[in-house]
Amino acid sequence: MNVATRNFGAPIRRNEDPRLLCGQALFVDDVELPGMLYAAFLRSNVAHARIRSIDVAAARARDGVVAVYTAEDLGAYWAPGPLLVPPPPIEGITFNQRTQVPLAKHKVRHVGEPLAVVLAQSRYLAEDALNDIAVELDPLPAVVDLEKALTGDARVHDDVRGNIAARVRQSRGDYAAARSRAKHVIARRFLYDHGASQPIETRGIVANWDARANQLTIWDTTQAPVFLRNGLAGMLGLSERQVRVIAPFVGGGFGPKIMLFYPEEVVIPWAARRHNRPIKWIEDRLEHFFATTHERGQTHDAEIALDADGRILGVKDVFLHDTGAYNPYGLTVPINSQCTLLGPYVIPSYDSTFTAVFTTKPIVTPYRGAGRQHGVFVIERLMDVAAHELKIDRVEIRRRNLIPPDAFPYNNEIIYQDFAPLAYDSGNYEPILDKALKMIGYETFIAEEQKKLRAQGRHVGVGVACYVEGTGIGPYEGAKVQVQANGKVSVATGIGTQGQGHFTSFAQIVADQLGVDVPDIDVVTGDTDQFYWGAGTFASRGAVVAGNAVNEAAKAVRQKILKLAAEHFECAEEDLEIGNGEVSVVGVPGQAIKLGALALKANPMRGAVKPGTEPGLESTQYFGPPSGATASGVHAMIVEVDPQTFTLDVLKYVVVHDCGTVINPLILAGQIHGGVAQGVGNAFYEQLVFDDDGQLLNASLADYLLPTALEVPHMDIAHTVTVSPLNPLGIKGAGEAGAIPVGPLFAQAIEDALGLRDRNVELNEIPLSPGRLFELTVKLR
Amino acid sequence: MHPITVTVNGTKYERQVEDRLLLSDFLRHDLLLAGTHVGCEHGVCGACTVIFDGAPVRSCLMFAAQTDGHRIETVEGLAVDRDHLHPLQQAMRDCHGLQCGYCTPGILMTMKVFLEETPNPDEAQIREALSGNLCRCTGYQHIVEAVKLAAERMRK
Repeated sequence: MNVATRNFGAPIRRNEDPRLLCGQALFVDDVELPGMLYAAFLRSNVAHARIRSIDVAAARARDGVVAVYTAEDLGAYWAPGPLLVPPPPIEGITFNQRTQVPLAKHKVRHVGEPLAVVLAQSRYLAEDALNDIAVELDPLPAVVDLEKALTGDARVHDDVRGNIAARVRQSRGDYAAARSRAKHVIARRFLYDHGASQPIETRGIVANWDARANQLTIWDTTQAPVFLRNGLAGMLGLSERQVRVIAPFVGGGFGPKIMLFYPEEVVIPWAARRHNRPIKWIEDRLEHFFATTHERGQTHDAEIALDADGRILGVKDVFLHDTGAYNPYGLTVPINSQCTLLGPYVIPSYDSTFTAVFTTKPIVTPYRGAGRQHGVFVIERLMDVAAHELKIDRVEIRRRNLIPPDAFPYNNEIIYQDFAPLAYDSGNYEPILDKALKMIGYETFIAEEQKKLRAQGRHVGVGVACYVEGTGIGPYEGAKVQVQANGKVSVATGIGTQGQGHFTSFAQIVADQLGVDVPDIDVVTGDTDQFYWGAGTFASRGAVVAGNAVNEAAKAVRQKILKLAAEHFECAEEDLEIGNGEVSVVGVPGQAIKLGALALKANPMRGAVKPGTEPGLESTQYFGPPSGATASGVHAMIVEVDPQTFTLDVLKYVVVHDCGTVINPLILAGQIHGGVAQGVGNAFYEQLVFDDDGQLLNASLADYLLPTALEVPHMDIAHTVTVSPLNPLGIKGAGEAGAIPVGPLFAQAIEDALGLRDRNVELNEIPLSPGRLFELTVKLR
Repeated sequence: MHPITVTVNGTKYERQVEDRLLLSDFLRHDLLLAGTHVGCEHGVCGACTVIFDGAPVRSCLMFAAQTDGHRIETVEGLAVDRDHLHPLQQAMRDCHGLQCGYCTPGILMTMKVFLEETPNPDEAQIREALSGNLCRCTGYQHIVEAVKLAAERMRK
């Protein structure tokens, strides 16, 4: 019997929307509990200093203040956080683990690092009391610039010489040999700075210790509720059952909401237990700029060796990576940069070395793209320089180097962030490129339109950028699917949701397996009392890993339904069909039973049950892919630049993307649109500006510019589909793709619009901005 | 403390409020109308937008005490119930105009007033009117489509 696929693949409206649209969805700050206390954190206002003293006596004496704590008060509970992602098994690597602490002791290492926490009757009073705390700090030299960090005397961690957080070399083939026989060798320095994720909801946590139930309940804006629960249980000496973590509706995450364990996540539950009262902390936007992790910058010295026809013989890259004051997330970001640089191209030899550097700036952890942008920028810019120097069309040089469709699975022979070899499972790159060129009208634009527009004095250029994205990595996720007595189906999974539409896409998967309408499927994500195994929402993996687990669980429930119904009707399972919320006997009108009635039968009150029978129409299944599925795509755009103000007008923007099988094209389009918007911000509007003292100079949304509806262009999206062989649904992740190639695309298109290449100006850095374009082109004036 | 009488979504509330209490905090934590969200508390993101005597305002930039004798509409007042959405809400759902949904209440309140003043907007007008509200998830395209669709449905 075939499974109907009327829901899977359809642009179905989201189940979660009515609640969100009516203002009835629960976000963390909406949790109101009787007797609640409110927390505010005192944060360091300097980047690097020794703490001489913190005097909280006056703050404790203020009316309405219940308690003030510093690191000393935490006693044995005070400890550096865990290393979330250990370094991959790469030979010869250096890794110096230094993780963040709940409240600073002895030393502060970045502006915003928490020094003390105030608990008071209201947030207003808690903030008042912060002003009562007297802190004496002995300032130390800030460590801001990556190259100076390696050679200077100042140390972020006293025992880490040269501020080296890590050094990793990965290679394939023999680059030196490739270089020696190359016709062309091109070397450049590239700077790529990624910014802050800035979800519109900041972080927050509410913790409530219920002494009667012996249970701690935590509402947290986390992307990884299961790990948070397990970790906190361990820290607090509780069993896992005693800790319930709920990630309710979360107002955007994009990576930084994974970071475990933020100081506030350690301190607030501890305090809630100590006071036997609920405590709420909500980050304000100013705090968010310092207290939530960033991604930030890398400096690449890269070299490409090519033959006479522009075929790549090898790439060498040496780069510095800013990891901030601590490195709890291991090497994920720079490993992604190192691996994603290889892109969709055949690169027979590769020699890449990076040094991760401690600085006195906020911690760096993955933010949408998670370092992939940096690598893509390097290879795409190298391709542009090579095209120019070899006098080959930008698109043609890319086409010549694409991995051919018969080469998959394609092994790059280095290790990826999931510890597996970087092997592309499937793909077909040339049709994606062709489709994008056709949609943007590349040939006509170059041959006719651009010339026409230039003759009118307009500065219009085109850009085309390619990328691949390793998505959907393990280790695993799980899901529980259960038919309820009312005929509706409940689905629970351990990952959290921050707007990705899981309540609908997972329901679509189940709907087809069980013949139930999508609105009748109730999906719960991110509540550890509902499901407590899994890793979390990151690396474009929700649909791939949790989606396949949901599918496996739904398939198992389907088998249970058929088995029980066959017993009920005394017929063969093959004679049954599932649909419209019931099971019926094919060809026998009136012989049907509702799924709800069957669910009741599956939990009988009397009678003997055969050994081995499980009650209920329920199943829990897990799915773990052997390695990540590789999505790919091409973005193209036509941009007009105002040569006086250097403001941009994106006239056309095209995305062609292959993420394997599509569950819901509407949700997928939304993911791509949002990714591109963040890419646009990264490319031209957003930059975290630090001064030499490690002070962030633009820590407000008035100064750190998130793109608005006027900066984000209309996008035309198309898909190609190469099904991933790594999971039964054939899915590849799509969450991050939109954001990844926008930087090199902007650089290339702006260069083209202003005719910079012919005048020896290269845009080898991101972000750009009107001011930066003015500086870079001033010599042409 | 100030005594205030304020009408929110047609209901009259009499409360005592501290001078410095922000309107956003008053709505969310005193009246428990938590649908109005707070994103930046410095008037940039627009998530906390409510309608004050018919005009969209940022509730994080006003004090509760300033609302004495005035009329406020919040997202909770838009729909009859979850099954009978305002055309703007319905269009946002139909066009997938929201992802995490955190900025959505502010966008709905801003666009409600915009469509009352501009019943037949073109895309440029919609984008201009939307540009005071930040959304980090959607890239705005589906919101623009939703506002267009809502305008069309509301004209009929």
